[in-house]
Amino acid sequence: MGIIELEDVSLSFGEHHILHRLSIDFWEAHIHAVVGPNGAGKSTLAHTIMGLPEYRGHSGDIRFNGKSIKDLSINERAKLGITLAWQEPARFHGIPVGEFIQRAAGKKVTEDVARESLNLVGLDPDRYLERDVDATLSGGERKRIELASIVAMKPKVVLMDEPDSGVDIDAINSIFEVLATLREQGTTVIMITHSGEVLKHADHAFLLCNGALVDKGTVEKLSSYFERKCVPCTHKNVPDKEVLV
Amino acid sequence: MSNQSALDRLLSTINMHSHSFGPDVAHVEIHGNKVLNTTLVDGLDVESTETSRGVDVNITVEKGTVIEAPVYFCFGMLENGLQHIRMKVHFKEGARAHFISHCTFSAAAEVEHLMDADIRLDPGSEYTYFERHIHSESRGIKVVPKAKIELGENSRFSTEFELIKGRVGLIDIDYEATCGDNSVLELLSRISGRADDMIKIREAGWLKGRNSRGLLTSNIAVRNQAVAEIFNELTATAPGAKGHVDCNEIVQDQARAKAIPIVDCRHPKAHITHEAAIGSVDSKQLQTLMSRGLDEEEAVEMIIQGLLRK
Repeated sequence: MGIIELEDVSLSFGEHHILHRLSIDFWEAHIHAVVGPNGAGKSTLAHTIMGLPEYRGHSGDIRFNGKSIKDLSINERAKLGITLAWQEPARFHGIPVGEFIQRAAGKKVTEDVARESLNLVGLDPDRYLERDVDATLSGGERKRIELASIVAMKPKVVLMDEPDSGVDIDAINSIFEVLATLREQGTTVIMITHSGEVLKHADHAFLLCNGALVDKGTVEKLSSYFERKCVPCTHKNVPDKEVLV
Repeated sequence: MSNQSALDRLLSTINMHSHSFGPDVAHVEIHGNKVLNTTLVDGLDVESTETSRGVDVNITVEKGTVIEAPVYFCFGMLENGLQHIRMKVHFKEGARAHFISHCTFSAAAEVEHLMDADIRLDPGSEYTYFERHIHSESRGIKVVPKAKIELGENSRFSTEFELIKGRVGLIDIDYEATCGDNSVLELLSRISGRADDMIKIREAGWLKGRNSRGLLTSNIAVRNQAVAEIFNELTATAPGAKGHVDCNEIVQDQARAKAIPIVDCRHPKAHITHEAAIGSVDSKQLQTLMSRGLDEEEAVEMIIQGLLRK
């Protein structure tokens, strides 16, 4: 049994079928990668698990530790330990990094925890605690600050949407070190990615195409997708029914 | 009520007292039409005349004077009534000072506070002005500040208006500034309105000098049935003049907000931009905080407090 289980989850917006009968188990204390072409439904999957309002109208069920979370709001899911890091983190005018990390940990944590979290993501607390989480920070800095806020939260499940988006090589290495640390502490990480480099940091992977699960298995197995040897899917974003896992 | 008693009560409404100020700190306190105290430092002249409706105040910072410590003003009303302040401010060449002004009406329910200011900055001077309003929970506060500002060459005028405690009632700001060569104008308003509060802001900057700069920023939050109308206008007529108009308004409940930025560029080597974000709380900000476990009300409050923060 996975810590997060999807059972026959489908989601449509009007006539557009975004997720198609997904049944997936995400095992505890593993780093999972969800890969696939643009428009495959990867980010939608993350947003659906998090329970964002626009994605609540799915069929099927989503369970956390065996209990359905389908009817829970975002913050109710977060209180269970599920959280989301965005591809492009939000900017917060007038909110200093320290307060963002302290408050964004659900219940207020101490400044020491905020400092430790910043250190862990490779940012000097003395330089960042007082700065606002706004446009004066680079995308990479905001990405790491968002991760620091997640570390402070001590989550059970982290949904990471494109962890390498907009960050330099040093930052991405720092992010992967943090994700590995989280895994050691028992956290389940679900990375949404279309990068072969990101996939290498996973323990297990799922291939989505046109909202359907078309393959799953080891990183080695799924890496063929990035080597343009994607069998069985032809990558026209329209998988044949017989290739669905 | 004696002057000392009124002074003590007035300062207590802003959590200060007479001993809050060091010996080298200038401070002036005015209650209604009474000047309760005037403590000055070298290079700062303040002449005040009590009138039937308020006080006329002439402030001069002498040539080359740099006042290191902030200069404090406190305008207030401990009971209902009218306070009309007519103020002339003159920063002479090279003068530099930071004023902090508290306008406190937390002890009164029906107050009309009118401010007419003429501000003149000579070349090379720098005047920063922070004005914090503390109002009661009554809807009967009416604040109408008007200012005409003239910035000389290489001068800088920066003002920040804050009204986030108590009810707004009615606020009607009208500032107009003319900028000389290489001068810098910055006007920032941070106001939170609720119930049937009415917020009107009109700020106009004329970038007439070469390489003059102007920044007009309004950060407003309205909820319940409050209304905000923001008219920000920058006009550039000189080469190298640059300006930006920035309006951020968060609207909740049945509140209404309107922003009308006018950018008028009359020289090919001038440049003005504007940006406005008006509406409900940004969904990504909200969902980010909620995905950390904050409930919706906590998340909204945190975002609004951030917007209204300095």
